[in-house]
Amino acid sequence: MQSIRRFIRPLLIPFLAILSALIVGGLIMAFFGDTSGTLMERLWRPVRAYQSLFEGAFGSGRGLSTTIRKMTPLLLTGLSVAVAFKAGLFNIGASGQFVMGSVFSVAVGINFPGLPPFIHLSLALLAGMLGGAIWGAIPGLLKVYTGAHEVIVTIMLNYVAALFAGWTVYAGGTQGQQPGPLWDTTAGPISETPDVLASARIPWIFGPPYRVHYGILIALAVAVFIWWLLYKTTVGFEIRTVGQNMKAARYAGIRVRWTIIFAMILAGGLAGLAGGIETLGLNHKFAPEFGGGVGFDGITVALLGQTHPLGVIFASFLFGAMDAGAAKLQFDTRIAQDIVQVIQALVLAFVAAPTIIYTIFRMKPDPEEVESAPTVNWGAG
Amino acid sequence: MSTENIPVLETRGITKRFPGVVANEDVNLTLHKGEILALLGENGAGKSTLMNIIYGLYQPTEGEILVNGTPVQMNNPSDAIALGIGMVHQHFQLVPVMTVAENIMLGSESVKNGLLDTRAVAARISELSQRYNLDIDPYAIIEDLPVGARQRVEIVKTLYRNADILILDEPTAVLTPQEIEGLFEVMTLLKNQGKSIIFITHKLKEVLQVADRITVLRQGKTVGEADPETATQNSLAALMVGREVILTVEKKPANPQGVVLAVEDLAARNDLGDPALRGVSFDVRAGEIVGVAGVQGNGQTELVEVVTGLRHADAGEVHINGQRMTNATPRAITQAAASCHVPEDRHAYGMVSPYPVAENLVLNTYNLVPYSHGINVDTRAIRSHATELVKQYDVRTPSIDTPGGSLSGGNQQKMVVAREFSRDLNLLIAAQPTRGIDVGSIEFIHNQIVAKRDNGVAVLLISSELDEIMALSDRIAVMYKGEIIGIVPRAEATREGLGLLMAGVKDERVPV
Repeated sequence: MQSIRRFIRPLLIPFLAILSALIVGGLIMAFFGDTSGTLMERLWRPVRAYQSLFEGAFGSGRGLSTTIRKMTPLLLTGLSVAVAFKAGLFNIGASGQFVMGSVFSVAVGINFPGLPPFIHLSLALLAGMLGGAIWGAIPGLLKVYTGAHEVIVTIMLNYVAALFAGWTVYAGGTQGQQPGPLWDTTAGPISETPDVLASARIPWIFGPPYRVHYGILIALAVAVFIWWLLYKTTVGFEIRTVGQNMKAARYAGIRVRWTIIFAMILAGGLAGLAGGIETLGLNHKFAPEFGGGVGFDGITVALLGQTHPLGVIFASFLFGAMDAGAAKLQFDTRIAQDIVQVIQALVLAFVAAPTIIYTIFRMKPDPEEVESAPTVNWGAG
Repeated sequence: MSTENIPVLETRGITKRFPGVVANEDVNLTLHKGEILALLGENGAGKSTLMNIIYGLYQPTEGEILVNGTPVQMNNPSDAIALGIGMVHQHFQLVPVMTVAENIMLGSESVKNGLLDTRAVAARISELSQRYNLDIDPYAIIEDLPVGARQRVEIVKTLYRNADILILDEPTAVLTPQEIEGLFEVMTLLKNQGKSIIFITHKLKEVLQVADRITVLRQGKTVGEADPETATQNSLAALMVGREVILTVEKKPANPQGVVLAVEDLAARNDLGDPALRGVSFDVRAGEIVGVAGVQGNGQTELVEVVTGLRHADAGEVHINGQRMTNATPRAITQAAASCHVPEDRHAYGMVSPYPVAENLVLNTYNLVPYSHGINVDTRAIRSHATELVKQYDVRTPSIDTPGGSLSGGNQQKMVVAREFSRDLNLLIAAQPTRGIDVGSIEFIHNQIVAKRDNGVAVLLISSELDEIMALSDRIAVMYKGEIIGIVPRAEATREGLGLLMAGVKDERVPV
């Protein structure tokens, strides 16, 4: 009984958060925008919309492959945010780390012709992890040595990363401004890098039109690795202890400063890897518009997954599916596909504030659970 | 004592069941006008559950509550407050940055012309403060006030809401001896003016001092009533624990060997950067207990932190077993020098509340064989270690997977003690090892400390309870303003002499 409860309880909030978000999203679809039709017709509209969303995500080989494609970077940025959470850190910087990872990967991927494919790809992916890791290490170091709060620093570094990335691929200006170092000289006025060499591309599992690459397997393997690291190793014990009780961690002889820095390096590396995989597997080049939106979605995915690696797998799958089905939803129902982002945002609101869920569903909150919700007191550290 | 027949508060057959636990069973309690009823019981005996029922936080599974003879239904604390019941929680419910008046009016703000009428509130507070001799300045900021004054603010808060029945939950746990005396005076005054008080505690001496009647709770049931005129500490302890308890510690004469801990001219600052240790020197030998007495805040906390590697020493030396350990890391001190530390604040330092008991039991040894090999944690070894320790140290927990934070205070402390005492040790450092825990656990922990001494471990004991220091120590050091003002062998120490040293008086007649 007790053990079943302990297993069910963590799943309850995410489940009810999704349910609530779908209901509220449904009400928005029913009562805003198109106000024609009878009440019954309007109430029926969200049901059809969700049906389309589901079909779009799972109803065809293409849909399913899009789901997987969308899920891959979300899984890694979700893990990035989750790992930082475990150490008591709020990594808002997955976006910037993703962008830096993309830039570093593409820099290796467009250079070094003649390298054997496996070596070239591995180096390019490692470069992506390195780029993200550096971008994660900076807020970690600043927190430990100056007390600067990682939320502020990571937000600011997102801007720095986006602008830096923009500069690297800048096409140059009409008044003699220098182009960026990674700019594709054959691209004319377009700011983008050349295509990544074939030897640095992640191979397809299913080629076009499905375009599913092996990145998903890398990401899943990484998720299992992170689970193992967090729960089966002393390193994970140290990360979790620092996150739960920094004083007790010091008492226990854990090097708290190093653990914070390491957790941020790890978080940055994961987001950087997401950028690398997206670049080397899918886009095959970098342009400023391949930005770090998935970095921000990673926050929602991590929270929905209750900052547990296995939870993050499911959360990223769900969000990937929502992103994949959005287009069909719009096509079938003429409701703007942005409604999907509204629903995703509602999910975030509900998982970040579990008290809302407890109130709506008239549940007795578990006081320890509320206190340990990752979003409570995040500004205090 | 009142002569009225109708009790102001009565519980009849209160039973409260939680899934898998019966917290209260058929509890009958009566409280008359103008009396102090002590509710005595070990941690986990169901005192808090019962009070939460009376305060409307929980609803009883069975039974009824009568206020002034009328059965009442309370769904939340607001209902209880409306019925004139007020509660002072063990952990104060105050906003540190606000003034006394602001805190007191929180939740029942008085408004004049759409603005807060602080002046009226302050006037009422001053009046209450005067009437009950509480000495509260309504405009003082909470965080500037000492703990005793904060507690009086909590009392005023209940009076401000017109409480006639006051529930004080472990009110003395956080107070100095002087503050406790002050609280008792206030309680007596409240009683004399017709208020009724339920005084929850597990400290026997206090009960005998202040209560008019005593009800003892054990394992959720009322097991007896006692009259403070005739009861003794021993009889109460037996009632509370359910067996005879030895309140004095039996121990053989010490047989001190070589020096294990040597502290020389230690200087350090506190969190505010002010000097907290000013040239502290002493040593502890194998097989002896050195107790450090002193009024709280005279550098004891900092001393322990420096010796255990948690605080930086500005000057001076710490040697353990002849090895220099000045400003060594906590891990070097616990593992290389084989010492252990029962920290003063177990919640902040000694445990990770959400962690299961099993993980808390390897909090500072997780990196050692057999609990891990390389970076691979050996869950099986950790679990069998936990199973063994829980049994050996009588840690009462539903299972080793239960979060440490959900154990009772006494069992949390036993968990910490189990972890720390179960290693091979040269040096044992215990800071306030029995603070806020019940008699049964205190007896157990004291015996464990003495057993360690008899096994040749050097013991440094820090306690603000003079009784504890006198009962356990072989030598007693007294700290005053960051210095050791005197070290006295136990045989020559008197309560009066130590008291003078604690107050900073170094008298020629006191053997030092």
